[in-house]
Amino acid sequence: MSQNINKASSSRFWYDPKVRSILFQLLFIGLLVFFISNIITNTTNNLEQRGITTGFDFLSQEAGFGIIQSLVEYDETHTFGKTFIVGLLNTALVAVLGVALSTVVGFLVGIGRLSSNWLVARLSTVYIEIFRNIPVLLQILFWYIAVLQVLPSPRQSITLGESIFLNLRGLYIPAPVFGEGSGIVLGAFVAACMAAFVLSHWAKQRQVKTGEVFPVFRVGLGLIVALPIVVWVVAGQPISLEMPVLKGFNFRGGITVMPELIALLLGLAFYTAAYIAENVRAGIEAISKGQREAAGALGLSEGRIMSLVIIPQAMRVVIPPLATNYMNLIKNSSLATAIGYPELVNVFMGTTLNQTGQAIEIIAMTMAVYLTMNLMVSLFMNWFNTRMALVER
Amino acid sequence: MHAEVEEKEKQSVSLKHMAGTETMIELRGVNKWYGDFHVLKDINLTVRKGERIVVCGPSGSGKSTMIRCINRLEEHQEGIIDVNGVTLTNDLKNIEHIRKDVGMVFQHFNLFPHLTVLENCTLAPIWVRKMPRKETEEIAMKYLERVKIPDQANKYPGQLSGGQQQRVAIARSLCMNPEVMLFDEPTSALDPEMIKEVLDVMIELAQEGMTMICVTHEMGFARTVANRVIFMDGGQIIEENAPEPFFNSPQSERTQLFLSQILSH
Amino acid sequence: MIVNDKNIPSRPAPASTRGIAGWLRENLFSTPGNSVLTFMGLAFLVWAIPPIFQWAVLQADFIGVNKEACTSEGACWVFVSARFQQFMYGFYPDTELWRVNIFFAQMTAVLVWVLWDKMPRRTWGGVWFLTGFPLTSFILLHGGFLGLETVETHKWGGLMLTLVLSLVGMVIALPIGILLALGRRSDMPAVSSFCTVFIEIWRGVPLITILFMASVMLPLFIPGDIELDKLARAMIGISLFEAALIAEVIRGGLQAMPKGQYEAADAMGLSYWQGMRLIIMPQVLKISIPGIVNTFVQLFKDTSLVLIIGLFDLLAVMQAGITDVNWPNISIEAFVFTGFVFWAFCFGMSRYSVALERKLDTGHKS
Ligand SMILES: Nc1ncnc2c1ncn2[C@@H]1O[C@H](COP(=O)(O)OP(=O)(O)OP(=O)(O)O)[C@@H](O)[C@H]1O
Ligand SMILES: [Mg+2]
Repeated sequence: MSQNINKASSSRFWYDPKVRSILFQLLFIGLLVFFISNIITNTTNNLEQRGITTGFDFLSQEAGFGIIQSLVEYDETHTFGKTFIVGLLNTALVAVLGVALSTVVGFLVGIGRLSSNWLVARLSTVYIEIFRNIPVLLQILFWYIAVLQVLPSPRQSITLGESIFLNLRGLYIPAPVFGEGSGIVLGAFVAACMAAFVLSHWAKQRQVKTGEVFPVFRVGLGLIVALPIVVWVVAGQPISLEMPVLKGFNFRGGITVMPELIALLLGLAFYTAAYIAENVRAGIEAISKGQREAAGALGLSEGRIMSLVIIPQAMRVVIPPLATNYMNLIKNSSLATAIGYPELVNVFMGTTLNQTGQAIEIIAMTMAVYLTMNLMVSLFMNWFNTRMALVER
Repeated sequence: MHAEVEEKEKQSVSLKHMAGTETMIELRGVNKWYGDFHVLKDINLTVRKGERIVVCGPSGSGKSTMIRCINRLEEHQEGIIDVNGVTLTNDLKNIEHIRKDVGMVFQHFNLFPHLTVLENCTLAPIWVRKMPRKETEEIAMKYLERVKIPDQANKYPGQLSGGQQQRVAIARSLCMNPEVMLFDEPTSALDPEMIKEVLDVMIELAQEGMTMICVTHEMGFARTVANRVIFMDGGQIIEENAPEPFFNSPQSERTQLFLSQILSH
Repeated sequence: MIVNDKNIPSRPAPASTRGIAGWLRENLFSTPGNSVLTFMGLAFLVWAIPPIFQWAVLQADFIGVNKEACTSEGACWVFVSARFQQFMYGFYPDTELWRVNIFFAQMTAVLVWVLWDKMPRRTWGGVWFLTGFPLTSFILLHGGFLGLETVETHKWGGLMLTLVLSLVGMVIALPIGILLALGRRSDMPAVSSFCTVFIEIWRGVPLITILFMASVMLPLFIPGDIELDKLARAMIGISLFEAALIAEVIRGGLQAMPKGQYEAADAMGLSYWQGMRLIIMPQVLKISIPGIVNTFVQLFKDTSLVLIIGLFDLLAVMQAGITDVNWPNISIEAFVFTGFVFWAFCFGMSRYSVALERKLDTGHKS
């Protein structure tokens, strides 16, 4: 009998799940190593054949090409490494503006979809179904080719109050010029922000003590707007606006927003807004009707029901997918390559790669940027989910 | 369950004299439609201060709709509803005003899951009654003690049992110091062992003279505390009577049928 | 005591709350604010619709072969009809178009077979979709076998290329995605960490970087004497990208599966793979169809990116048309038509997935 068991167990050595698992993993790792070493040999051979150097030395070499928009000082004499920074910053610019614009549009449309007004709800639905079912690249090209390139020439610019101009070459807006003493105005702005903060603290204390509610938001906002203006007037208007003016065939002065940026921004924002709108709708719909009714039955006003009961709960549902949408917007900003806006992929993975040929280093660096952002977003979401999770038994 | 209903029976005698003569709620010729569906048909009902009304009737008869019209969670299309001297119209000020005086307890509790029990109770006093937070917390603790769960004040609703949640919901309404309490089947989503703890709280409330309108099928409760029992069917009030004669000698055939159905099990 | 045993007959609701007037009052003019919104919405429609209608229909030109046929103010749809063949087939030779048409027909038939729940033996449809369909389509479209003339891939284009790219992406991605999802949930650390890293990397970067990688880096990875054409490289990139997305969908399905199902499979004495194949996967795939269709819609839109690496897909045909000097000023027409084609496919598929999701939802409850 015992012999039998021994025999059985020895013959079933292969059937022991632990042994199997270890063997399988060894095999798996072996295959992986084989595969990767193969790729490495191939690559080194190929690189040798084509005479391409490896390593990151190219980052300190002179780039020798210009970039049409840069947030930091840059010209042909700067290094390839600098082109990476320029591209990254241009991506960041699109990301910030795009996130802001898509959030505003997305929330408006999402709330509109739930409106009790039939027409508004319908129009919002139409918006969502149109914009999210057409490739974002097509939308970017549409704004760029079909809208911005048929705008009038600078001389016939579309203008808003003779200070903002839109034409074939882009959007021209006034630029602030910081003269002497403008520090005081900025100081006033900071002071107003701090005062608003103190005010909100005081209002809370007073509310706890006496129950009186102070309109913190309105007064605080008024303060932040009014104080710098008053100081600005008193200090003799140290900050002025430099208006763009038509000189010859083009505008001088002010800030120029290039058409590529406008097209990219509009395309990304309207596309992403359709997704955000759906999130917002889902978030608000996830709050049961009973919550609204219970709050109403307690006598809370419509505004307070929203701000105290619905929004805090809806936010838990809305924010995680919102973060994903923002991430997608940033990733999609790489489509700028198609219209020539100089963001990371266009500048670094496009021009720099063509100039140096160092595909592996450059693609790895570019991917690392996006992967880092992704990692940060998912860390944020984990943090958010654990922090905001409703306590259940 | 029956034994203690008997016990409460004694108190009920004294209870029945407490109703005043002032009119608290009046519905005159109220009609309501959902689309083309006629839900409430010529409802006439007067509730005096301190009176306790129990409403019963088969599912879909319009009980919830009727009491939800009283605090304007639903809008009626014809007739007049007066609550505490205010006539309900589309005027938002009127609606907010009467909602301060009318508390409501729902079948599914509807506590705010993102706020603690204490915050659930202080929310409305702070933002509607504009009371100091300190004071609202004291009031909230007082009522939480009355519903016998002061120790749960800092937990979240999700951590409580159904019965506890419903008692918090009652306390939350009481914190607004309402003149009238509306209950819409407060015990029908609860397990049997939790029904009693909620009914006890409601009975106590009745003994203190709170004006109450209660949609419920707890007939023991109706016998104990109600001044009047109302039977609704098909959107109309079929029969209205004091609990004794209502249960012992129902007049209408439909009432008889309904009572025989719910008492048979 | 009140007894009122008479049935009050139902009356119709008061006129002001009934019929069209009641509906308008309730849905469009319930409050002053709502009325303002309604008027703004109407003003927008009045401002937008008539000019668009006039441009697109009333004043448009439909008949002709070249730009000269477009004499009126409105849209020049002649452009679309003149370029229709390119929009559909790219530069596929005229005499061989029937092959693409058969491909379209088979694709429609297979998709209906797999996706319509009234069809018999849908599992076999799925198997055909993953094996026979790509094989026959390759023979048909590429040729070089069975007496079919070879059509080089650089002649492929238009809607056909867009569909080929997204279908190939799907066909390759499904099995890889399933393996990745199983691997990620595996209790073997080497396997699960590899799968997790693989999925997260592919999911975390923009598709365009993957396409660049496939077109620039991939040739470095393979022995120098093997040539991969541009289309094949793009397909590899797209498939791996899609596999990572599908893996996450399948993982969601695996997680949604009640634990009892796994235990039941174990209790029946089935091996891991048998249990997966016979019990778990059929159910997981069924509940994952909406998610898979959604990623397919996403992929269908994303294939337009191949324009950037120089493939001639639907969007690229459009762009070529816009820059054609023989057809000046037809960019809006080109955008509207191309946009509409993309939109019709994506909208149709997403409707399908929504409907299916609803159905599965109610199916679970009952
Ligand atoms: N929002 C609504 N839209 C349309 N019909 C409704 C709506 N709410 C309720 N009804 C209908 O009105 C009728 C009365 O509903 P109500 O909820 O008042 O019944 P009830 O007496 O409370 O029933 P139950 O005992 O099931 O709670 C039912 O037939 C219901 O289907
Ligand atoms: Mg009800």
